[in-house]
Parts: sequence; structure tokens; C-alpha cells
Amino acid sequence: MIEWFTWAQVAVALLVGLACVGFAIAGRGPNDYTLAGLALVELLLVAQIVVAIAAPAFGNVPAGSGLEFWMYLVTAAIIPPAAAVWALVERSRWSTLVMATAALAIAVMVWRMHTIWFFQVA
Amino acid sequence: MRGIGRILVVVYGILALAALGRSIFQIATKFESAPLAYSLSAVAAGVYVLATIALVARGRAWRPVAWATIGFELLGVLAIGTFSLIRPELFPEPTVWSGFGIGYLLIPLVLPVLGLLWLARGRNARATADERRAVATGAGE
Repeated sequence: MIEWFTWAQVAVALLVGLACVGFAIAGRGPNDYTLAGLALVELLLVAQIVVAIAAPAFGNVPAGSGLEFWMYLVTAAIIPPAAAVWALVERSRWSTLVMATAALAIAVMVWRMHTIWFFQVA
Repeated sequence: MRGIGRILVVVYGILALAALGRSIFQIATKFESAPLAYSLSAVAAGVYVLATIALVARGRAWRPVAWATIGFELLGVLAIGTFSLIRPELFPEPTVWSGFGIGYLLIPLVLPVLGLLWLARGRNARATADERRAVATGAGE
């Protein structure tokens, strides 16, 4: 993991999550902004996968359990597309809230991955 | 599915994935250090997956499954939560239900309560609709 990139990822996920909460309160269904936001969260997760695969070649290895890290990362990468599909079936303000839930969950998971990579003693 | 039911499914789905992943990791790497706790975690994870499916799947047969799995989870988090506090030596390692799910922001405690409320409301809504239909067809005689 790259420190600054990881924090940027958490920030993006939080922003997208909060934006979706705002749109949901306003009664809006999934729109271009919320879907693009969730797509960005997913893109960053895919980038994180690439970084995590390449990192050991540069001497960047997790302090904690690699297996636990990868389980989090793979699980996280599944969530945004699954949530988007689930949200688009109904397209109501609750669907937007579904997307918010997914984005905020990703923020928590990436933060947890950060702890595992940089701090946790295996 | 009504909107709030959709949220329930998403949160259950994420919890199920997280519990499953954590359980697989724990059993694969350090089962011996807390076999009771980790076996319990595995059962809990399986039940969460089944509950998520039961909430989504169509068909009347799934409703009892949803009631049973969510009810089981609530009992589980209350029982294990209590046990993990009064007999902590049985739970040297954290699990999904330890400390009433504190490791998951108490979501394992709150979620089954919301799930049961949602199931009960759904059943009541259907019963009311059936009554209205019965009254309507009766009045038409």
C-alpha cells in the first residue's frame, strides 16, 4: 500500500458516501453523480489491487497478515458493483442510500486494510 | 422490495461477506488458538449468508428461514456477547458476536432487531391487505 494513496481512497469513499446520503435525503434516485462516484470508488479499489500486487517487488510488504489484507481487499472490490446493481433495480431514494452504505463500508474497510498493512504485527 | 428492505439486504450482505472472510482467515491460520470461538464465528457467518439469501429470495418458503436465521443471530449475539464478558477465558480471540458485536460497531446487535421488525411489519402489511380484499369481495355479494 502507498500511504497517501490509501488516505486519498478513504477520503473519496467518505465523500461519495456522504454525497449519496445527501441525495437520498433529497429524495433522489441513483443519478450520474452518485453512480460515477461509486464507479470511482471501485476504480480506486482496482488500483489498490494492482498496487498491492506490485508493492512487494519494491520492498513494500504488509506489517500484518497478508492473507487478512487480501481477504478485505477482495471483499471490498466486490461490494461497489454489487451495490450498484442492487440499487439500480429499484432506483429510489433508498437505492441511493444503498450506494451510500456501500461507499461508507469501503471507507471503513480501506482504513482497516491500512492498519493491517502498516501497523498490525502478524 | 420496499426501499428500507433493500438497505437491510445490503447491510446483511456486507456483514455476511465480512464475517465469512474473517472466519475463513481465522480457521485457515490460527484455529488452535481459539477453536470454540472460531467455530462459532463460522456458524455465525453461515447463518448471516443464509439470512441475506432468505431476505432476497422470492417465495413464501423463505420467510420462515428469514425469521429463523435472524432470530438465531439475535439470540447468538446476546448469548455470546454476555458469555464473552462474564467468561472471557473462553474467548481469547475476538469474534463477530464478542462483546455484542463491538468489533463491528454493534451492527450485529442492532441489525437482527431491525430485521425482525421489518419481517413483522411485512407480515402485518400482508395480513391487512388480505383483510381488505376479503372485506371487499364479501361486500360485493
